[in-house]
Amino acid sequence: METNISFKLKVWRQANAHAEGRFETYEMHDIPTDTSFLEMMDILNEQLIEKGEEPVTFDHDCREGICGMCSLYVNGHPHGPATGATTCQLYMRRFHDGDTITVEPWRSAAFPVIKDLMVNRNAFDQIQQAGGYVSFQTGGAQDANAIPISKEAADEAMDSATCIGCGACVAACKNGSAMLFLSAKVSQFALLPQGRAEAKRRVKAMLAKMDELGFGNCTNTGACAAECPKNIKLSNIARLNREFLCAKCSD
Amino acid sequence: MWLTNSSVGRKVVMSVTGLFLVLFVTFHALMNAVALISFEAYDAICEFLGANWYAVLGTLILAGGFAIHIIFAFILTFQNRKARGNNRYAVNARPKNVEWASQNMLVLGIIVLGVMVLHLTQFWAKMQLPELMGDHVMNGTFYLKATFSQLWVLPIYLIWFAALWFHISHGFWSAFQTLGTANDKWITRWQCISKWWATIVFILFAVEACYFIWFFAL
Repeated sequence: METNISFKLKVWRQANAHAEGRFETYEMHDIPTDTSFLEMMDILNEQLIEKGEEPVTFDHDCREGICGMCSLYVNGHPHGPATGATTCQLYMRRFHDGDTITVEPWRSAAFPVIKDLMVNRNAFDQIQQAGGYVSFQTGGAQDANAIPISKEAADEAMDSATCIGCGACVAACKNGSAMLFLSAKVSQFALLPQGRAEAKRRVKAMLAKMDELGFGNCTNTGACAAECPKNIKLSNIARLNREFLCAKCSD
Repeated sequence: MWLTNSSVGRKVVMSVTGLFLVLFVTFHALMNAVALISFEAYDAICEFLGANWYAVLGTLILAGGFAIHIIFAFILTFQNRKARGNNRYAVNARPKNVEWASQNMLVLGIIVLGVMVLHLTQFWAKMQLPELMGDHVMNGTFYLKATFSQLWVLPIYLIWFAALWFHISHGFWSAFQTLGTANDKWITRWQCISKWWATIVFILFAVEACYFIWFFAL
């Protein structure tokens, strides 16, 4: 049932990548609980603009949980307290009247803050460019049934491919590790025959790029999988390790 | 060398040395258990090991395993803190299904190491070390009595075993995950085996310490 709630919003404000950041507190009044979190941020920005202040910068795009742009760290959770959902799928009904809601950017050395709550996630693009693709010979497309693939492998590959590259795994990890992202991207190809041909080169190149960009070492805490909006599983990391070890041993 | 240059390689080093140390503490707990049955048999084991070449070789390999595990732990933690960046989160919430131990392995390791230094001064420094120097050494039970006739040893040792329980309960399954020998089914299986293994080792050590205190101090 819709009600209105009032709360304090503690938001990280940072003028640019090099400026010192700080928390600003805003009083929000009579926000309907049916409002999405990002709509609530829009209301805040409208108020700031009316007062002649600088609006809060945050990433967002599709607002339906598929693009991976939204990236707010709300009350100690990437994408907020809801599970299996992105920030844009978070609604104010999760919060209560009189709450203090703390909103921070992803904090990781590999994701530097651009402004306020917006971080630079170009590192993920660079990891993808290092090998997160399948090389194709051009020409007529092969018949889909020519290569048999088990239902289990197809399902598992599809589940891995649902990673939207939002970076919540890195944000949740106390080590700033990108292993869950990388393992999903490696798994979606490693499980399919089309991806096997380049599997060894892919895993080595992508892992080397991830290490080069300053992400941390995985310590299997599992916070990444627990906070992932797409429920990417921890077993993907074991598969990545397996792929990498096999590739290295066959060198 | 990929074992030191890549993040997965460094974790493999932690896994292999960690599993080696788990095997060592298991053997240690089992050998101590002999003293629960017969102090003469325990003395015979101490005599058999002593400062014989195979025991010295074993000690050197073990010390190497410890050294690598500890050095890598500090390197990994340093790199991970650097990767986290300079700004820390103002609000931290540990998600469900994330073990407390998994996020505090270094602290637990430091507790284990700290009491281990005390333990080495109580036993190794009085048993194998003087024997290597050519000094006369008493039988094993003599040193058990020397340590466990003091009551304050028990709480310290129990804290030590508890830290070891937490450390192994995460480290054991984590090692198999790092070595790539896990999938959806096996992650939960390894986690279950981890808890059991850590618990059995804890119970063995705790019962032994309590028995020695009861026998020598009370």
